[in-house]
Amino acid sequence: MTPHIEFRNLSVSYGGKRALGGISLTVPRNTILGIVGPANSGKTTLLKTINRTIEFISAAKVEGEVFVDGEEVRAVESVYALRRRIGMVFPLPVGLPMSVYDNVAYAPRRMGIHNKAELDVIVEQCLRDSVLWDEVKDRLDLLGTRLSGGQQQRLTLARALSLSPEILCLDEFSIAIDPVTTMKIEEVLSRLRERMTIVLVTNLTQQARRMADHVAFINASELVEWGETGQMFSAPVKAITGRYLNGEFG
Amino acid sequence: MSLPPAAAEPPKAAVPTGDGKDAGAKARAAERRGGRATFRGEMVIEFLIRLCGWSSIICVAAIFYFIFQEAAPVLPKMNWGEFFGSVTWRPTSAEPRYGALALIVGNFAVAIVAMAMAVPLGLGAAVYISEFAGPRVRETMKIAIEVLAAVPSIVWGFIGLTIISPLLIKYAGAELGSNLLNGSVILALMSVPLIVSISEDALRAVPDSYREAAMALGANKWEMVRRVLFPAARNGLLAACMLGVGRAVGETMAVLLATGNVVQIPHSFVDPIKTLTATIAAEMGEATPGQPHYQVLFLIGILLLVITCAINVIADFIIKGAKAKANA
Repeated sequence: MTPHIEFRNLSVSYGGKRALGGISLTVPRNTILGIVGPANSGKTTLLKTINRTIEFISAAKVEGEVFVDGEEVRAVESVYALRRRIGMVFPLPVGLPMSVYDNVAYAPRRMGIHNKAELDVIVEQCLRDSVLWDEVKDRLDLLGTRLSGGQQQRLTLARALSLSPEILCLDEFSIAIDPVTTMKIEEVLSRLRERMTIVLVTNLTQQARRMADHVAFINASELVEWGETGQMFSAPVKAITGRYLNGEFG
Repeated sequence: MSLPPAAAEPPKAAVPTGDGKDAGAKARAAERRGGRATFRGEMVIEFLIRLCGWSSIICVAAIFYFIFQEAAPVLPKMNWGEFFGSVTWRPTSAEPRYGALALIVGNFAVAIVAMAMAVPLGLGAAVYISEFAGPRVRETMKIAIEVLAAVPSIVWGFIGLTIISPLLIKYAGAELGSNLLNGSVILALMSVPLIVSISEDALRAVPDSYREAAMALGANKWEMVRRVLFPAARNGLLAACMLGVGRAVGETMAVLLATGNVVQIPHSFVDPIKTLTATIAAEMGEATPGQPHYQVLFLIGILLLVITCAINVIADFIIKGAKAKANA
């Protein structure tokens, strides 16, 4: 079976400075891949190559290949169509300058859903999945930018889910969210695995341990090793992996 | 240390503590003096800053006062119905008539037509420079726009007279090359650099994370501009347009040369017109100070001030309204 996502010898540099070197990694369908590693080691860069938002950084140079569903991402017919298949949640919350409702309904509307009842269902479901519904259900007309940081973060998640993506990329999604809500979202994500493949970049190794099927450890732009979560935590091949996962550095 | 025996060592004990107290007190006093000095310095600076702030209000008040003073003697004698309702402007005849309606209409007409051209052009250019152009093109264009903004208005007037005028006669079927459309084109060209540079700033001020978020949702660039950037930069864009309107209403030299200066209500785009501003500029030289004509020209000045103030207030309301809606 074709892996859902595959990186083949992927290298990225920013203006000659190497950000990622020779990454080869596969993500099977309907699994969660946890990407862990110290700050500035290239985790976010790796995510950005999947939906090609890396191209917004003009100095970035990408070598090697990234396949989604067996198709090289730079060979796709429409990058916009590619991005609609991939939900992306960035570490900084971004409420777009429209109402909470419109934030979530934006992508479905773009895909041609204009029936109000249908949109209502999608909006509610996405907001429930991102554990934001109870806090905003009475003020869906509020401007998205007026929510608190943690709420905006969950709004970003709801927006990403509104695409019904086949791949969901989460970059430090819990950075602005309290632990209780984080746990609730983690539960939802674990269930969402039935519908989509999830790539989870996180600084919290325990979060990766709780949620991920596979864990990849990236350090200083290199993929040190990757494997099944249990094995990575209990019997990593390299000593440095064990030290990082046990919180001895990073 | 234990207390010294009272008899043997009182001076020793007293001196150091006294010194200590003294030194402490001195230091505190010095601090207070220093504090007072800084305080005084702060007072001066605060006063100066306050003055800078209030000077704008003082200037506006002074301008109103002096213009009012010049216009005041004619105010009780004015036939207001005629001033606002008649198109007969004959200030130098034996029986002078001061009907400013055609001037007011001309002023607004030329400004509105100019904005109809300048706002789409300016916003489009700003979007292109901010979102679509590469860095090199962007820098070149910004320099070109700055140069455009620095062209003196009299030069624009020349361009209207010598370049646009023959074009309008040839292609638009105008009898006179200097007319409403000519003035509007010139005003549009003059306001565009202002609109572009301020809107471009407003668009650049929108955080990149907004663009990234919209693009990650699969929006293409135009959708991102329309649905995300325009709402996010709305206040800046409105301000840019209102400044453009302000410039178009107040501009004098270029419209004096380009509009033909015929006192009439225009019925087509190629009818010559005369504006309030051009009237003051053209007639002030021949009006005698203290005479009604002179005073009426100052009255027109007041009218212009009121119009520009009104535009600013309206712009303020629009922006506040947008904000209130955003906060609702």
